[in-house]
Amino acid sequence: MKFVDEYRDGDVAQLLARLIRQEAKPDRNYRLMEFCGGHTHAIFRFGIVDLMPDNVRFIHGPGCPVCVLPAGRIEAAIKLVEENDVILCTYADLMRVPAGKRDSLQKAKARGGDIRMVYSATDALAIAQANREKQVVFFAIGFETTTPPTAAVLKIANAMQLTNFSVFCNHVETPPAMMHILSAGEAKIDGILGPSHVSTIIGSQAYADCCDKYRVPLVIAGFEPLDVIQSVLMLVRQINAGEASVENQYTRAVSKGGNKKAQSLMAEVFEQRPLFEWRGLGVLPESAVQIRSEFADFDAEKRFGMQAIATADIKGCICPAVLRGMNNPDECKLFGTACTPEDPKGACMVSSEGACAAYYSYGRYRAAESKA
Amino acid sequence: MSKLDIKNGLIEMGHGSGGRASATLIEEIFVRHFDNELLNQGNDQALFSIPAGRMVISTDGHVITPLFFPGGDIGSLSIHGTVNDVAMSGATPLYLSASFILEEGFPLADLERIVISMAKASIDAGVPVVTGDTKVVERGKGDGVFITTTGVGIVPDGINISGDLAKPGDAIIVSGSIGDHGIAILSSREGLQFGTTIESDSAALHTLVAEMIAIAPAIRCLRDPTRGGLATTLNELARQSNVGISIQETSIPIKAEVKGACELLGLDPLYIANEGKLVCIVPAEDAGQLLAAMHKHPLGQNAAIIGNVCEDAQQMVVMKTAFGGSRVVDWLAGEQLPRIC
Ligand code: SF4
Repeated sequence: MKFVDEYRDGDVAQLLARLIRQEAKPDRNYRLMEFCGGHTHAIFRFGIVDLMPDNVRFIHGPGCPVCVLPAGRIEAAIKLVEENDVILCTYADLMRVPAGKRDSLQKAKARGGDIRMVYSATDALAIAQANREKQVVFFAIGFETTTPPTAAVLKIANAMQLTNFSVFCNHVETPPAMMHILSAGEAKIDGILGPSHVSTIIGSQAYADCCDKYRVPLVIAGFEPLDVIQSVLMLVRQINAGEASVENQYTRAVSKGGNKKAQSLMAEVFEQRPLFEWRGLGVLPESAVQIRSEFADFDAEKRFGMQAIATADIKGCICPAVLRGMNNPDECKLFGTACTPEDPKGACMVSSEGACAAYYSYGRYRAAESKA
Repeated sequence: MSKLDIKNGLIEMGHGSGGRASATLIEEIFVRHFDNELLNQGNDQALFSIPAGRMVISTDGHVITPLFFPGGDIGSLSIHGTVNDVAMSGATPLYLSASFILEEGFPLADLERIVISMAKASIDAGVPVVTGDTKVVERGKGDGVFITTTGVGIVPDGINISGDLAKPGDAIIVSGSIGDHGIAILSSREGLQFGTTIESDSAALHTLVAEMIAIAPAIRCLRDPTRGGLATTLNELARQSNVGISIQETSIPIKAEVKGACELLGLDPLYIANEGKLVCIVPAEDAGQLLAAMHKHPLGQNAAIIGNVCEDAQQMVVMKTAFGGSRVVDWLAGEQLPRIC
């Protein structure tokens, strides 16, 4: 497939890596936060760390939709299934994420809850159409990439006047989370690999305020390995020049203003939520969306009177700090012992885009090598 | 006995009662299509004498959605899967048994289609189904059809193939492109149409194995990378043999369509199931000759050496990426899932 291979050319990668090694100044650090789990995944999957000089380091950010969903929201969904006769449709990643007290959607399913894995919001809608006698709830999560499809489905359900379909909305927004991390100042960040898929929707300019206010350069970077390496080079150059602006490496898909059609679709169906809790980042103002009152009939939170459930993360799990870029996964006491992908204690170990899972799978080798 | 209405009829509880209806079903569908001397005797068991050598037995349950997919169906798969499990010991598969669990309401026409395909696969492989069993479960308690097949075979003297025999320095060969079966299945699942022309690679590999053994009797390990794909198989072999494995991404045959579909869905082809491929570990000095022999067999045309066995107490599988970096190819936790974002 030409389309993929172009962005995976080993020779080009070596060339770019050589440039990075030449241009990165030996006497300074380049701590680059990859905001998205997709980047974390690419960095480990293609062995990009191997190609970097020691002073160019990756810090993992909060950009995995599964990781940033607080346990309480999952518990609320479990409660919904167990106390009401509903079919809950959800993306598969979410099934294994720990809720409180070692529970998860997967365990609730085994207990008899009608929880079904879907690949898209449209699948959930189809299940609702096929099961008119049951209430069907779509557990919607994700950043701005997955929000428009949920909006589209809500519009269709509304037009069809479906009475047995609703959405448990957990869509969150990236710029507020990024602002929060930068303003907290806990993680030392010299540059940011910016979200690519998200930016196809909201545009590269959505991050301009982050760069200006906190004087940190940001490059919107595609998820293919060459995208990532090229973006690192762009960041190194900005850092060397003392600049702090939004640059767009992923020009093949991202424009300054983003996808206006998707934006207006989102605005029609969703409005900003005053407060939303993120796993790891706490309660952030205006960082998520909720369903507008015009579509209130399709809002599962309203239809079923769902309440937020306060749940503590598992003791010892440092997911919150990992998600804020303060710690590496292998600094967690549970990492690789009590917490493994088979028996995850925190969300970061579940998703293939979670930093702990990536570290566990691909990083153990590196750890073993460096000890040898 | 009344005739079955195969065209419009459905499986009913009575078909599993052991009475007349069961007998009719067995006669008109199973015995008719599997048609062989041992089965036709109509006993509850098949009696046969065995040639000299060591016996191998393997059993496998088949549960698959959808039942019919590009390149095959649950019937042919249930034959190929078990023939292959037997063959991966170096054995010549001799006989198969088949157990059917049918769901009330399942169309007889679909059942016949499955049985015809199964019979064809077993005849093509030269491994007859000589005994079997049928049960019917109530509607809602099965997924249409579950098929369990058991196979027996004989390993010739002097052949010793087992997952714990890999040694540092050995070469690792795969018999062809990986991921075809899993992607064919995914592409035919509801809600996931992404327009590929990929067909399942489902095939019986015993004739390929026979030719391989003839050329390289010193083959140490053979395994078919089914569920969990190539990555899982390599991890299993590394663990069983207490060795490390090093592979090169650029050497692994993967069809462009499979790569593309995996990209689209955020899946890794190394973990995608195969039903007509094998992984072979062989002393390095035999690898070239073996590869040449495999290339002559239709099921080994695209065979390739993908890496080698090394010493590693941590039993890791490490891949040199096309990119010049390296990564661990780890066990999969849970199921491989399409990405969200
Ligand atoms: S290793 Fe496990 S327990 Fe520790 S931070 Fe990661 S997910 Fe949480």
